[in-house]
Amino acid sequence: MGPLIGVLFDGFAYGMLLFLLSVGLSVTLGMMNFVNLAHCAFAMLGGYVTVTLMNVLGWPFFAAIPMAFVAAAAVSVVLERVLYRRLYQAGELDHVLLTIGLAFISVAMAAYIFGTLQQPIQTPSFLRGSIYVAGITIGIYRAFLVIIGLLVAALLVLTLEYTRFGAKVRAAVDNQRMARGLGINVDATFAITFALGSGLAGLGGALAIEIVGLDPSFAFLYLVYVLIVVSVGGLGSIWGSFVAAALIGISDVAGKYYVPELGAFLIYLVMIVLLMWRPQGLFGKR
Amino acid sequence: MTTPVLSTHKLNKSFGQLVVARDIEIALPRGVRYALIGPNGAGKTTLINLMTGMLRPDTGSIMLGEEDITKLEPQARVKRGLVRTFQINSLFPDLSALESVTLAVLERRGDAPVWWRQLPSYGEAADEAYGILKSLSLGDHAYRTTRELAYGQQRLLEIALSLATRPHVLLLDEPAAGVPKEESEGLFAAIAGLSDDITILFIEHDMDVVFRFASRIIVMVSGGILLEGTPQEIASDPRVREVYLGGANHG
Amino acid sequence: MNSVVASAVTPHGYLQAQARWSPLEIAFWLAAFLPFVLFPTYLSLANQIAITALFALSLDLILGYAGIVSLGHAAFFGIGAYAAGIFSKYVWGEPITGLVFAGLCAGLVGFATSFIVARFKHLTLIMMTLGIGFLVHEIANAAHWLTGGSDGLQGVRLWPIFNYFNFDLWGYTAYSYALAVLFIVFVLSRRLINSPFGLALRGIRENSTRMPAIGADSRAHIRKIYTISTAIAGLAGGLLAQTTETVSLGSIDFQRSADVVVMLVLGGAGHLYGGILGAIIFMVARDQFSGINPQFWYFPMGVLLVAVVMFLPGGILGGLARLTARFRKNPS
Repeated sequence: MGPLIGVLFDGFAYGMLLFLLSVGLSVTLGMMNFVNLAHCAFAMLGGYVTVTLMNVLGWPFFAAIPMAFVAAAAVSVVLERVLYRRLYQAGELDHVLLTIGLAFISVAMAAYIFGTLQQPIQTPSFLRGSIYVAGITIGIYRAFLVIIGLLVAALLVLTLEYTRFGAKVRAAVDNQRMARGLGINVDATFAITFALGSGLAGLGGALAIEIVGLDPSFAFLYLVYVLIVVSVGGLGSIWGSFVAAALIGISDVAGKYYVPELGAFLIYLVMIVLLMWRPQGLFGKR
Repeated sequence: MTTPVLSTHKLNKSFGQLVVARDIEIALPRGVRYALIGPNGAGKTTLINLMTGMLRPDTGSIMLGEEDITKLEPQARVKRGLVRTFQINSLFPDLSALESVTLAVLERRGDAPVWWRQLPSYGEAADEAYGILKSLSLGDHAYRTTRELAYGQQRLLEIALSLATRPHVLLLDEPAAGVPKEESEGLFAAIAGLSDDITILFIEHDMDVVFRFASRIIVMVSGGILLEGTPQEIASDPRVREVYLGGANHG
Repeated sequence: MNSVVASAVTPHGYLQAQARWSPLEIAFWLAAFLPFVLFPTYLSLANQIAITALFALSLDLILGYAGIVSLGHAAFFGIGAYAAGIFSKYVWGEPITGLVFAGLCAGLVGFATSFIVARFKHLTLIMMTLGIGFLVHEIANAAHWLTGGSDGLQGVRLWPIFNYFNFDLWGYTAYSYALAVLFIVFVLSRRLINSPFGLALRGIRENSTRMPAIGADSRAHIRKIYTISTAIAGLAGGLLAQTTETVSLGSIDFQRSADVVVMLVLGGAGHLYGGILGAIIFMVARDQFSGINPQFWYFPMGVLLVAVVMFLPGGILGGLARLTARFRKNPS
């Protein structure tokens, strides 16, 4: 019984990481149908900003983490204004090509600047180690991830449900044409949403270093997981992303713990079967 | 009384709270030119989508002749002779007009899956396609890429594509949408000149055109059929005037 | 060859003009023999190029002609490679039968998955193809007893082709073999593109929602071309296994799926020569820069992709086609 709960918890913590990494993509995809395969490049940017601030400039962990958010948001909004927006009317092939191209560039730049080795990170001492509660061991950092994940989810839901900006986003996800007709500036709303989503990815990238490490392959390695979460959860659904991220996180960790010989096989199979059953995802409307 | 070529029975469809088709009952006899009119949002295009299988009805059935086609895929309905055109051009931008219509001809003849014979050995299909284009005065433009055609020519190509499938029933969704009035006359003249074996239902807003070319008229309002009759009956019916002049909220 | 021939007077003549071999094409295939004379030391590279070109051609059939974006096409390349390798190990080393077996295996899996591919569009389709790619990769990785997993498949030994032409160290036989297969498949693909079925595929690419309204069963068309395309990808993989006498997980990973998309888009998707041209440029460039860290290689590739999407839609051949069209309109 002990290992099971431990595995569940670790999986859930991993799921929260995936949630941070993917929720932005889910919302922006829901709004603009723009397949952004460079999303995890923004996450990777957040990671490298964090290690640079900490290891080179000596910033403390909690000062560096917000900068990961800011940097990813800032870079993403520039790219959105300069490149992405020109292709909103184009097909998904063009989206895929442009954003794979950007992801490629990010990988090469990361390799050039930081090398291909894993980046070390020194988390604060009170986040290290583990505690022993009711017969199970809980990693403190993982508990921290769970708290952040829940906080962000709550914050997002509150923003979307109870603010004016949130109402605009929901309207745009629901029916873009109608939203435009109502006088909502969809382009500006999208740019802000895109920046926030990428910022969250940057935050996720920074928090992920301790768990999964950071090297230039990050941009593609976790993209797959993020895409799975988004498509399984359903586009534009925060709750869907949350549930899907938790599910994928738990099944991935459990799968690797109990049937390591299968590797990630199970995840892909689950995704294909789920999408065949519900092409619009678990919580998607379309 | 012979069986109508196309009929619907208690057809219903809603999107959430919005009812877009309410107990639709129509029966089109062979060879008749029907106009489908009604204010915007009355559900005219939805009805065509339902009949051609682009939408699934919530309840009700659709009969083509004596066959229940309610559950058939759109392409299977086309194969049986129920064909539509689109209000917004839905063409093949990078194919030439001749290629587009030849493709439709080949699909009809069941030759489209053939990959080991070359297109030039399908001369009759190309000739037939050319003939259709010529009959719609597109003969001089057959070799031009669709995207290079003028808008009015593209509207004609819409019809040419549908004719290539040899329809028994042709549903034209605003065939003259966006075409200047002086050109739309010619377009409808071309439609009127089609074989009497083809039953035609067309959506149109210009009442002059409707009264000139339709032998019968169906009036739709907010998802339901208000009435059906000859142009004289429709013209003299006070309810139709009310729908068009007083807004749809009274009924 | 999409250029409108103004002199075509009859519908029949018009279609014939479109299907005719142009002198440029013939020159291209004659030039394919140049490496034997000019670069005899680079024949193994020429072999790799021919194999990659075949793979890109297979992707062109679905992506360029039917508009189906696949990010997992390496799955079928890999299945072909493993099938050919395993066949030579456990059945016999005769290359032609081994290659046919590779194509059959890939085509069979392709046929099975075509039912999934034909059902979806947009993001879901991309996810499905990605998922299939990763799934097959994981299977190859996990089935260590059969594939050698991450150690690669060893012990692939081939008999001479027609029991006469030995696979030599310099790649004479390998390149001749790969070029012959590429040419045969190309001619067949060319026939396919100029057939009624090819026209239907272009119809799907141009407007997939209109197809049912002219009575076309697009899904059946898609299933068919996907199966054909995957079988060709399997042939390409089989060739690689046979001519290099080894199979690694690299033949089946996402990188290969992404690379082939890049090549095709660079050369020009929807042009039969697009994939071939892209493969030549891509493989030669990679050979020239093979000394650098492989991760740096991503940089020019990324820049190229962004540039092609933003400034050169249709790739090199698409750009050339526009240029010649403009030139024809106003010949100065």
